[in-house]
Amino acid sequence: MLAQFLQFLFSGITMGLTYVLAALGFSIIYNASGVINFAQGEFIMLGGMATVALTALGLPLPAAIAVAVGIAVSAGLLVQKLAIERARNASVVSLIIITIGASLVIRGLVQVALGKDSHALKAFSGDAPLTLLGATLLPQNLWVVALSAAVVAGLSWFFGRTLTGKAMLATSHNRLAANLVGINTRNILLLAFGLAAALGSVAGIMVAPITYTSYDIGVMFGLKGFVAAVLGGLGNSAGAVLGGLLLGIAEAMTAGYISSSYKDAMPFVLILLVLFFMPRGLLGANVTERV
Amino acid sequence: MLAVNHLSISFGGVKAVRDVSFSVAEGQVHAVIGPNGAGKTTMFNLLSGVYKPSSGEILFRGENVASMPPEQLARRGMSRTFQNLQVCMNMSAIENVMVGAHLKLNQGMFQAMCRLPGLRRRDAACREEAARLMDFVGAGAYVGAHASQMPYGALKRLEIARALAASPAMLLLDEPAAGLNNTETGEIEKLIRKIADSGVTVLLVEHDMKLVTSISDRILVMDHGSRLADGTPLEVCANPEVIAAYLGASVTAGVMQ
Amino acid sequence: MKTLFSHGAGLAILAAVLLAVPLMTSNAFYLDLAIRIAINAIVAIGLNLLIGYAGQISLGHAGFLGIGAYSSAVLTTHFGFPPLLAMLAGAAAVAALAFLVARPILKLKGHYLAMATLGLGIIISIVIANEAGYTGGPDGMPVPALTVMGREVTGDATWYALVALLLIIVAWAAQNLIDAPAGRALQAIHGSEVAARVAGIDVAGSKVKIFVLSAVLASLMGSLTAHYVGFLTPGQAGFFHSIELMTMVVVGGMASVFGSIVGAALLTLLPQALSAFEGWETVVFGAILMITMIFLPAGLVPALRLRFAKGGR
Repeated sequence: MLAQFLQFLFSGITMGLTYVLAALGFSIIYNASGVINFAQGEFIMLGGMATVALTALGLPLPAAIAVAVGIAVSAGLLVQKLAIERARNASVVSLIIITIGASLVIRGLVQVALGKDSHALKAFSGDAPLTLLGATLLPQNLWVVALSAAVVAGLSWFFGRTLTGKAMLATSHNRLAANLVGINTRNILLLAFGLAAALGSVAGIMVAPITYTSYDIGVMFGLKGFVAAVLGGLGNSAGAVLGGLLLGIAEAMTAGYISSSYKDAMPFVLILLVLFFMPRGLLGANVTERV
Repeated sequence: MLAVNHLSISFGGVKAVRDVSFSVAEGQVHAVIGPNGAGKTTMFNLLSGVYKPSSGEILFRGENVASMPPEQLARRGMSRTFQNLQVCMNMSAIENVMVGAHLKLNQGMFQAMCRLPGLRRRDAACREEAARLMDFVGAGAYVGAHASQMPYGALKRLEIARALAASPAMLLLDEPAAGLNNTETGEIEKLIRKIADSGVTVLLVEHDMKLVTSISDRILVMDHGSRLADGTPLEVCANPEVIAAYLGASVTAGVMQ
Repeated sequence: MKTLFSHGAGLAILAAVLLAVPLMTSNAFYLDLAIRIAINAIVAIGLNLLIGYAGQISLGHAGFLGIGAYSSAVLTTHFGFPPLLAMLAGAAAVAALAFLVARPILKLKGHYLAMATLGLGIIISIVIANEAGYTGGPDGMPVPALTVMGREVTGDATWYALVALLLIIVAWAAQNLIDAPAGRALQAIHGSEVAARVAGIDVAGSKVKIFVLSAVLASLMGSLTAHYVGFLTPGQAGFFHSIELMTMVVVGGMASVFGSIVGAALLTLLPQALSAFEGWETVVFGAILMITMIFLPAGLVPALRLRFAKGGR
């Protein structure tokens, strides 16, 4: 009984951490530019798929990972430079469609280059399972936890201690004011997209050995990452962590105890509940409209 | 026309309006003044149903309307304009004014789709009336224009035209002179006079003291959410507490002449 | 709103075009395209009333379409309903669902509203894909032909006549609504909700009505599509189809009935044109979406209107 529960919990936390990174990616871009980047999921996909392709070409794993992240970051920068920057004052609907268009372009290119098959990436340090309190853990699960913790720690240091990080926070609170004090907001936006793409690709890479990766996993990943971000409070980093973990665990529990075919519906049921009863999310602020 | 009794509202821990009472007689121009943060716009939002009070009552034409939403207040003859313009920039100027007359042209969605007879005539009549109102407020030059093409001053008048389109018994003007220069403010003053002369009771929030003192029959002074004074312009300007809190000596001297 | 033609003239032109099409071609392929365009156009007009005029968002509209389609398929196949009754049952179910969720959903704005409608649409498509016992699951299910009072509706010519007539009626009704005070009220809601409320408009109620209306229209068209094509897959209710529908409205022209028709035509013809690109369809489709939204944010028809208006001076 306990073993089974722990099994679901571990699997939920693993997936949840991917959602955390995806949600952080959404939050960073949303904070810097007010844009919801529907292409976030494709960065996740790019990470996994590119690493698979590069290792197949013979690159050692660490190099493949580095290059794959680089590819994803370039994609992120391109999306910001070519699309978002030009659609300066577009409406919410327009921006949504633009980022969806971007996600289609990325997905289509990967499909053309690498085909429609699913691939598995080799685990970072082998497949030998470990047992913890009766439940099975793969070493890869531990990699996921370790990498995510490192990333989140890195981000807090970045935003809390570096000048650039603080500049990004300033831009998110008030872009005009940030401009006026000399912050180059255009570069900040580029940085935001690059950072979000890096986060997404790392998420995709670290989870690829556990779940299969293919050209079309981006959609669901992206949507669930978005749900996690809104769940925790759009734009709130602590919220992204909370939302991602909650979502992953809820999904795993649904798959385990209720029905595995409906596990994909759980995130969206959750988001409807949150939006109906706590629209700002679990950690979001309550804002009253000033007239 | 309007009697406010012990009205209060708090946002979280902040008491934005504390136990305010005053009344407005029919056909009068009643101004609400006070320093920034005094609670004037909050009071306006309370009166026009945008906020629900924590306690107290608002008697409009004898009925307690304290918790009613704006749609119901509109039905009872109250209309308002907004400090931060709330013009529909996606519509033409005249359509904006026609929206104000919505309640007069009561018609549901499904009747609209079937295009029952008489609609064209009523629509044309509404359009004419809207054009007349735009002339009345001094924005007649923009009758053919789109809202997005109009300058700020004209948009302020457009909002007034829209509010008048409902033929209200009482009109709430939220900082009608905000952002206007001296000439434009003088024109607004004449417009408010015209509106009051046509029988509409006017309640306005305003910072421009010259406008307020020359046009108001009574002035309510608020400070930190409470009522500081309520009386004629001369009474209020002579009130030492008001002077201490708000008015400068030079303006008071100007009014005394 | 400056219009190129008066609304009456526009409808006359539409009628003329619709009449001309079968006269110019009896090629089954082109007629089939025309039928699909007309069905999409009707859905797009309904959706445009919601997102273009009333200023809301719906990223899950295909869900309503899917419920209509699968209601028709399932109720006729498994429960022996006559097709028209099944269609009405589907529409009623959608009306009930839309009515139930409309008030809480439409209290939301911007990205939150987008997310909520998205979630709803995806839940619907997952349910459809999972209940394979009734719906045939991801492999889909066949749909019997449409019968009206015992007689089968078959043949491109009959279908074309049916949908063309429906399109004219829907376009006419939509224009009437827009010209009326109720239509102005919708646009006012888009412009400033608080101003609309202060003018006495029941904002919440109007939003609910227009949401339900556009959902029911999608459901009815979903049913028709199911009968016309004769086969259904869960993709009809999916996220991608919802995006296609919204794109028809946004690319064709927000707040423009004729824009919706143009958008529907473009988005129906585009996959045909793109099939020449062999594998690159997704990339080209995505690129077209981005380019159109960046350079023509108001959509095609309003942009053309502006061009002609300038040229006319």
